[in-house]
Amino acid sequence: MSKVKEKYDLILKKAEEYRKSLNYTEKIRIRVGSATCEHAAGSTTVYEEFRKHIESSGRKDILLEKTGCTGRCSCEPIVGIFVPGKFPIKYQLVNREKVHKIFIEHVLNGKIVKEYVLDQAPDSCKYHVLMCDGSGCGGALESGIRFIFEMKLEEVGFTQQDVLLTSIGCLGFCTNLEKSLSSAQILVRPDNVIYKIRTAKDVEEIIENHFRNGKIVERLMVKDRPISQRFYNLYGDVAFFNKQTRVALRNAGVINPENIYDYIHYKGFLALSEVLEKNDPDWVIEQIKISKLRGRGGGGFPTGIKWESAKKQKSEEKYIICNADEGDPGAFMDRSMLESDPFSIVEGMIIGGFAIGATKGYFYIRAEYPLAVERIENAIRECRKHNILGNNILGSEFNFDLEVRLGAGAFVCGEETALIHSIEGERGQPRVRPPYPTESGLWSKPTVINNVETFANVPPIIVYGAEWFREIGTDRSGGTKVFALAGKINKTGLVEVPMGTTLRKIVYDIGGGVAGGKRAKAIQTGGPAGGCIPEKYFDTSVDFDTLSKLGSIMGSGGMIVLDEDDCMVDVAKFYMEFCQDESCGKCTPCREGTKRILEILKRITEGKSTEADLDKLERLAKLVKRTSLCGLGKAAPNPVLSTLTYFKEEYIAHVKDKKCPAKRCRSLIHYEIDQGKCVGCTMCAKNCPVNCISGSRKEPHVIDTLRCIKCGRCFEVCRFKAVMKI
Amino acid sequence: MCKDNAQTTQLDTWKEVEAFAKRTLPPHVVEFIEEAQREPHPESKLIKVLQLVQEHYGYLGKTQMDAVAQLMQIPTAKVSGVATFYHYFRLVPRGKYMIRICLGTACYVKGAERVVEKLKEELGIHFGETTKDGLFSLEGTRCLGCCGLAPVVEINGEVFGQVTPDKIPAILEHYSEKTD
Ligand SMILES: Cc1cc2nc3c(=O)[nH]c(=O)nc-3n(C[C@H](O)[C@H](O)[C@H](O)COP(=O)(O)O)c2cc1C
Ligand code: SF4
Ligand code: SF4
Ligand code: SF4
Ligand code: FES
Repeated sequence: MSKVKEKYDLILKKAEEYRKSLNYTEKIRIRVGSATCEHAAGSTTVYEEFRKHIESSGRKDILLEKTGCTGRCSCEPIVGIFVPGKFPIKYQLVNREKVHKIFIEHVLNGKIVKEYVLDQAPDSCKYHVLMCDGSGCGGALESGIRFIFEMKLEEVGFTQQDVLLTSIGCLGFCTNLEKSLSSAQILVRPDNVIYKIRTAKDVEEIIENHFRNGKIVERLMVKDRPISQRFYNLYGDVAFFNKQTRVALRNAGVINPENIYDYIHYKGFLALSEVLEKNDPDWVIEQIKISKLRGRGGGGFPTGIKWESAKKQKSEEKYIICNADEGDPGAFMDRSMLESDPFSIVEGMIIGGFAIGATKGYFYIRAEYPLAVERIENAIRECRKHNILGNNILGSEFNFDLEVRLGAGAFVCGEETALIHSIEGERGQPRVRPPYPTESGLWSKPTVINNVETFANVPPIIVYGAEWFREIGTDRSGGTKVFALAGKINKTGLVEVPMGTTLRKIVYDIGGGVAGGKRAKAIQTGGPAGGCIPEKYFDTSVDFDTLSKLGSIMGSGGMIVLDEDDCMVDVAKFYMEFCQDESCGKCTPCREGTKRILEILKRITEGKSTEADLDKLERLAKLVKRTSLCGLGKAAPNPVLSTLTYFKEEYIAHVKDKKCPAKRCRSLIHYEIDQGKCVGCTMCAKNCPVNCISGSRKEPHVIDTLRCIKCGRCFEVCRFKAVMKI
Repeated sequence: MCKDNAQTTQLDTWKEVEAFAKRTLPPHVVEFIEEAQREPHPESKLIKVLQLVQEHYGYLGKTQMDAVAQLMQIPTAKVSGVATFYHYFRLVPRGKYMIRICLGTACYVKGAERVVEKLKEELGIHFGETTKDGLFSLEGTRCLGCCGLAPVVEINGEVFGQVTPDKIPAILEHYSEKTD
């Protein structure tokens, strides 16, 4: 046995021993989400409450653990109660009072508190079968398998209470290779067993042995644990999750992000040990190239090619940097990954470092993410302790170490050359490229910069295969993409789907549609560098190329859903304000151009513009796009240009009719009270900050529009819908 | 502060300058700088040093920046150049509680503007200002990474999600009472 393998096995053994010492499989486990978003929702109190409850119950068989964030933001804090042999139950919006009830009824007495269950997941059944619906890959058997299952279950008289079937999206378990042999994989919950099914006879056997007699059919069982098996076993009953394909987020909400042994248990550092064992950087680069992994930081540059060009450089010193600056306002997937699965990003970086021949790596994390910094620093410490960082990693010849550097709140520092300047301790201003960082980067040495999510995808590519990864995505872009879904959507949160999934699926099937029954108007992708895609294009399948064809970009994956109440001119103005503020000032088109564009947009939203302004706006936007030095200025006009393309009529309404169709632009609206509807409850008058509403009790009220500052309070507080926004 | 400056210029031996600089900065910062000097590229730690100083004092004073420049052997102009470039650094003292409201996209479309108005109204200050009693400072910030809970307000590291204008008075009260 090689030295690396030996070392890895030793660490793996340690991890398993640690889990054994905790008696994992026999205990009741309470898992509380712990990440910035979870904390904001109150999970720290929840954790503390559970701790007290366990203590006073005196029970020794209850384990309280932390886990990262699953990405179902609007339902946080989320708490999982895992009783051996029972379905894992997740509770949503847990607070102090709910903790008490959950603890007494569920943990101590085994009775699920139904009204608190996350997303009202399906009612209890004995077995829950998740099967791929083949929609991602068109696998022939998958679509038929449900039918066979239903038929056979009916034949033996099983109902939904016995066995519940759920067709879900692509689990990412299988590859096309296996499909051509006409087989399909299903996951049986709560037993966490995956079967590979080839014939109708297999189905019969599973029903008879497993579902009727509780005996696992060893013959059909998939022994190897596929990616995210644990995730689907835990969360597979929730529609928000089971329509996703979890690769980069495979461990989010599954492992304890502060515990290296937990990560190792779920195949952590297996990829690294394989890479070091092979000891061939070219092999690693080849795998990444085959996988068609493209940079997730926005540009979509093929990662394998980037690594290759850095590797080719002859230099004693080379660097690898993880770009965790995540400045796109409205994106939070990198934060979540850093907080929920820090080890996987560290592992991805070590592998990248090995591939290009780097001796040192830097994490550049924005200072606004203190918890992410803490978790990454902890991960680095743990890795050093276990010989996963430092000299002779896992007994190999490879020496590599990591260091964290904090960003200091400048969006432009996400740009690679600016980021390098910032690490060097300078003002974060971009410079002209070429030379590209792969030739001359940090301290003029060859440097590779990749995004957090890019690195998170590296270990699975090595463990599960480059072909497998490529097949999840589209022809030109392998794997999945994590989107941060926010804005006017029912289920805000992180969504990971295969490249090529349609916007409609993301917004409606997973995101649950627009909040308040309103109509989606557009989706903004890519943040300040992106554009707005109108509803009529929601059937577009999303990848780097299709989005840029629509005048937007994939960006880092922020997705803001806009509804009929959002004014597109106002949205464009918002982003322009952002870019203008963040422009580093180095080049004139961006520094001055963004200012002038913003002035025009302000005029438009204030009703002070003329039609000539629209032409000027478009010309200026195109000029800035063409002539700016770095990506910030080059992309800053995108929100303006895309809204001009798709929502010209809204601009015209502002300019010509001096009206804001969405009734958002304050200068173009006013408030009035519908005399027929007003019952004279005085609520509005009491709330008006400038006392400009008059009227006596039980009499219709009137707004003095001259004094009204259009704050909208009256509109909000009137329970009789008598206040009109006009 | 001006007096301190005058003092710096009057110190004429490097030993005196160094000793003064060391006295000006908190011990852990001095230690950090000294350690950095022993490693390659010490000047690259400037941002981290300034962050440590700000964490300690709540802002970057001119005296402290001068001391950093001296100890790290970096021109003062560069130190202040860096300090003014990054949004994170504050050059004036702040209140006891730093209220940072997210001005990111998700928060914006969910009505952060209205929350800003309410905060300004309740506190009687604008962005970058501190209340007369020295209790609250107000600052707008870029996305805090909790967009799912928009609009978001952060006070001294504690994050509040789904904030509406109505919730502001209670939140502020919670902090004003804390000091009593
Ligand atoms: C203004 C600007 C901001 C950027 N911000 C980020 C960011 O926050 N995170 C990121 O990973 N990439 C960001 N990028 C892209 C990076 O410059 C770079 O392309 C990326 O980190 C490369 O990694 P990848 O190939 O893995 O995507 C930004 C680019 C520009 C022009
Ligand atoms: S485009 Fe803007 S951010 Fe980029 S270098 Fe020019 S001024 Fe700076
Ligand atoms: S709150 Fe509505 S119903 Fe009541 S007085 Fe005002 S406008 Fe009339
Ligand atoms: S919009 Fe505001 S200022 Fe105007 S009437 Fe209503 S509450 Fe008063
Ligand atoms: S936009 Fe406010 S937290 Fe992200």
